[in-house]
Amino acid sequence: MRIMVCVKRVPASGGAPQLTEDGRGIDTRHLSFTVGPHEECAIEEAVQLVERFGGSVTVLTVGPAEAEEQLRFAISLGADHGILVEAGPDEVDPQATAFALTEAIRDGEAASGAPFDLIMFGNESPDAGHYQVGVRVACALGRPIVGGVKGIDVDPDAGRVRFRRDTPGGAEVFEAALPAAVAVREGLNLPRYPSMRGRLRARKAEITELRPHVPAGGLRRIRLRVPEQQRPETVVLGHGASAAPAVVDLLEELEVV
Amino acid sequence: MNASTLPVRADVVVIGAGIVGNSIVHHLADLGWSSIVLVDKGPLPDPGGSTGHASNFIFPVDHSRELTDLTLDSMRQYEKLGVLTTCGGIEIARTEEREEELRRRMSSATAWGIDAELIDAARAVELVPFLNGELIRSAFWTPSVAVVDPLQAGALMREQAAAVASLTVAANTEVLGIDTEHGHVVRVRTDRGDVETSTVVIACGVWSPRIARMAGATIPLTPAVHQMMDVGPIPELAVTGVEIAYPIVRDMDTLMYERQSGADLEIGSYAHRPILHEPDHIPSLAAAQLSPTQLPFTASDFDPQMEDALELFGSILDREDVGVRHAINGLLSLTPDGSPLLGETPEVSGLWSAAAVWIKEGPGVGRMVAEWMTHGTAEIDLHTADIARFYPHQRTRAHVRARTSEGFNKTYGIVHPREQWSSSRQQRLSPFYDREQALEAEFFEVGGWERPQWYESNRGLLDEFGIDDRPHEWDRRWWSPIINAEHRAMRDRVAMIDVSAFAQFEVFGPGVVDYLQHLIVANADRKVGRLIYTPVLAPNGGFRSDLTVVRLGDERYRVITGGADGARDAAWFARHLPADGSVGFADVTSAVCTLGLWGPRARGVLSSVTGDDVSNDGFGFATAQEIEIGTVPVLALRVSYVGELGWELHAPFEQGKLLWDIIAEAGRPHGIVPAGIGVYGTTGRLEKGYRLMGAELSSEYTPVDAGLAFPKVKDHDFIGKNAYLRAREREAVAVLCTLTVDDHLDSTGRRRYPQGGEPILTPTGERIVDRLGRPSYVTSAGAGPSVDAYLLMAYLPAELAVEGTSLLVQYMGERYPVTVARAGRVPLFDPDDARMKA
Repeated sequence: MRIMVCVKRVPASGGAPQLTEDGRGIDTRHLSFTVGPHEECAIEEAVQLVERFGGSVTVLTVGPAEAEEQLRFAISLGADHGILVEAGPDEVDPQATAFALTEAIRDGEAASGAPFDLIMFGNESPDAGHYQVGVRVACALGRPIVGGVKGIDVDPDAGRVRFRRDTPGGAEVFEAALPAAVAVREGLNLPRYPSMRGRLRARKAEITELRPHVPAGGLRRIRLRVPEQQRPETVVLGHGASAAPAVVDLLEELEVV
Repeated sequence: MNASTLPVRADVVVIGAGIVGNSIVHHLADLGWSSIVLVDKGPLPDPGGSTGHASNFIFPVDHSRELTDLTLDSMRQYEKLGVLTTCGGIEIARTEEREEELRRRMSSATAWGIDAELIDAARAVELVPFLNGELIRSAFWTPSVAVVDPLQAGALMREQAAAVASLTVAANTEVLGIDTEHGHVVRVRTDRGDVETSTVVIACGVWSPRIARMAGATIPLTPAVHQMMDVGPIPELAVTGVEIAYPIVRDMDTLMYERQSGADLEIGSYAHRPILHEPDHIPSLAAAQLSPTQLPFTASDFDPQMEDALELFGSILDREDVGVRHAINGLLSLTPDGSPLLGETPEVSGLWSAAAVWIKEGPGVGRMVAEWMTHGTAEIDLHTADIARFYPHQRTRAHVRARTSEGFNKTYGIVHPREQWSSSRQQRLSPFYDREQALEAEFFEVGGWERPQWYESNRGLLDEFGIDDRPHEWDRRWWSPIINAEHRAMRDRVAMIDVSAFAQFEVFGPGVVDYLQHLIVANADRKVGRLIYTPVLAPNGGFRSDLTVVRLGDERYRVITGGADGARDAAWFARHLPADGSVGFADVTSAVCTLGLWGPRARGVLSSVTGDDVSNDGFGFATAQEIEIGTVPVLALRVSYVGELGWELHAPFEQGKLLWDIIAEAGRPHGIVPAGIGVYGTTGRLEKGYRLMGAELSSEYTPVDAGLAFPKVKDHDFIGKNAYLRAREREAVAVLCTLTVDDHLDSTGRRRYPQGGEPILTPTGERIVDRLGRPSYVTSAGAGPSVDAYLLMAYLPAELAVEGTSLLVQYMGERYPVTVARAGRVPLFDPDDARMKA
């Protein structure tokens, strides 16, 4: 199987997000970068599929030059190739991102003369959350796509794939012919940590860099706003044994007991 | 004890609730401080500083006695709190050079009384079965190495403090300002109210410089990154079911460590490039991804170390199912010389620093700083950690960054005791510098001054005096046989020595005699022109420093002290100035240069360039006179640290080169040589048995121990007098002795030379400790070219301090016979001082 996984470099979450002075972005000076949890699962699934059926995993990203770090991270987890579409330091809107990804995938498919069996996306990015890049790419390529997926069952010999997604009351299962696309959700699997050997391998891996002209999309971010944070206050419920009833009340209120 | 409002007044406000702040609070409470406020901007129990992410292991053996003592004290405290787990530790040598270093470590372990053993690879693998034994040449095994829980220790310390004192713990409280009046702390302002106080302790780790600046003080440290990662899960570790079951491994040659942490192996490194941060740029609690001192991991810096770890621990790390689960760039505090920053800040009275402290020293530092704040002195001598030790240029950001960048990779490095820094050099140059450079001086640094250690231009003297080199590279590193040749030329003829690095102060005014009487042991009220050598004592009767005082007038004195001690001494003298303004203080170091002229022909040289009477009758020993040398007005002091006839010539700085040229020219017919500090500080000094502050002299020894007690005690009260009197009354506990090495040959037939710090042992190899628990070790070592012996100084218990007693010194894994040549201060060379007084 040849699998393409599309990932995005995003700031790691941790403390309360700090905004840049113009209020249009997140101040990332003290943050590390990562791929979102959905995409981690996409990488893990792709690696497991290739471990099972053979083939290769290619990771693709559109972003700043530093996004190379996320490609190497994916390679340290078991991906084979990395492609960076360098689009400069500014946030690229979903339309432009989809355009760039589509072009890169077409190039890759043209070079090998065959389509990727499966193109995988995270369901949405943890920072922008537009929920549309995967759909745009699949649509442009004329592939079927299912979103919100938490189970993938591939039969490469039959050229078929089944996608499962959970609903409040049960699950929906879709079947599609390969080649296909999918947007997955966290919980699909339990992603591995990169091994030390994997990290060293990733350090030496060659990354393909592309610099196509990417026409700007139509979406502009005007401003971000962080909700007021409540300063946590310590409330002393009591001292010694006499505090027990208050503690029990609180635990009940929190539905812990 | 947790409060949302602060008391309006407190005896002391401690800022920072890491291991250091908690320990200080605990010990201050024990020592009777009744109202204490502990403030931290972060939450408890982990406010987000370095204490919260440290590796928490303790290797007790260090070459430095002070640091080792602080560590041992800390281990006792952690153990008493029940938060110490002993696991043992192995330091691995992959190279021959490191094996030699481990043998040196063995000497330190013996000297400081710590059980340790050199082991082979097989034994190391037996202790930690996952090690790749093929990489190991040998290892240093310390069974007492332990891990501790400093957060739990802090919580317990706060509880104990609250039980005996009124303690207010204010977490989530930001310090907004520290107010001072007339140079003294008066108030701490916070976002929960102000606290009036006359004592503030800054124990804020990486944030300390910021907080100190609020009061107008400097704490010269920089936050720096130490990288670490957790790798796992490793089934072999998981099955132990405990936090740590295997000894901690320090892979010394790769500057790394590996320790079990539950099912994971934690890997830390001091090998990556120095990554410094600015205290002002540390993220706030809100902005930090993990915590303010756990910054995003920069993988590319760590990659080479990962390969080293895979090589050593391949059997458990080189697996696809063992992953990197956590990795951080942890912040810690680095200082220009690697030592902590403790004590009252020289800029602001009542403002104390307790910063740049590692987990392994935290509780001990807390106890010592609390003692210092309470009694004016601490049980363990802390002069190398005294924050007052820095000269102004050493407090600058540029200096701090240069030296910490250079020092970071020395954390696990092999550092020669004489090793010189290469960064931030050429800071203070005497006016003789150009001449010295032309003479191919090898410059060593003290207090920022460049001083010739020896002159390559004197190489020809080696043949003249038949001086041999040392066969072992370690023994001759940062050394030259030329030093011994310069020494012989001085003793035979005459030498000129640049001693401009002296720190010099003038104190003056109507109250000056009383002021000095209060500070020094010797009687200051001598006639004008008199030189006074004197100890300066701490309140416990131990040494703060030793220095020379010259009475220049009825109400004016010059104080001359060593370049290494000048900043601390300046702070001490300035702090004790009377409030009524009756004494003035001026640091004249930068106004004065000093050229020493010593040797049997010194009088011949000097008399040829001055019209003043420099005969013994006209210019007696231990006196000072203003003389003229050509157009240079010179303050000449008839004194010598090398035991020769001669003078210190103090001249206006800008006329220094002129003075040098006059003396060099006049000295030529007398066979004058330039000589370096190798002679002044070591060979000449040791032959004369002169004691050096920081080597023989510390606050743990009294003038009686050091053989520097005066025959009479003056009536006037002075700091340390009561303790001094007590020390005089009791029987001597230890005596400072000069020993000679009887046989230098090691087991391979090579001559070896101990360098200082080595343990002195009984003839049967037993460690020697005096009644007060103070170990016998080499405080100074060096050649005595004119007594044809290699000399060691060491304190010995009174019963062993008998001339002719045979003992051993342990150096690089072997033992060499030594003999007590002098017990007490009578010098080996020219015991009657006839030459000096000629």
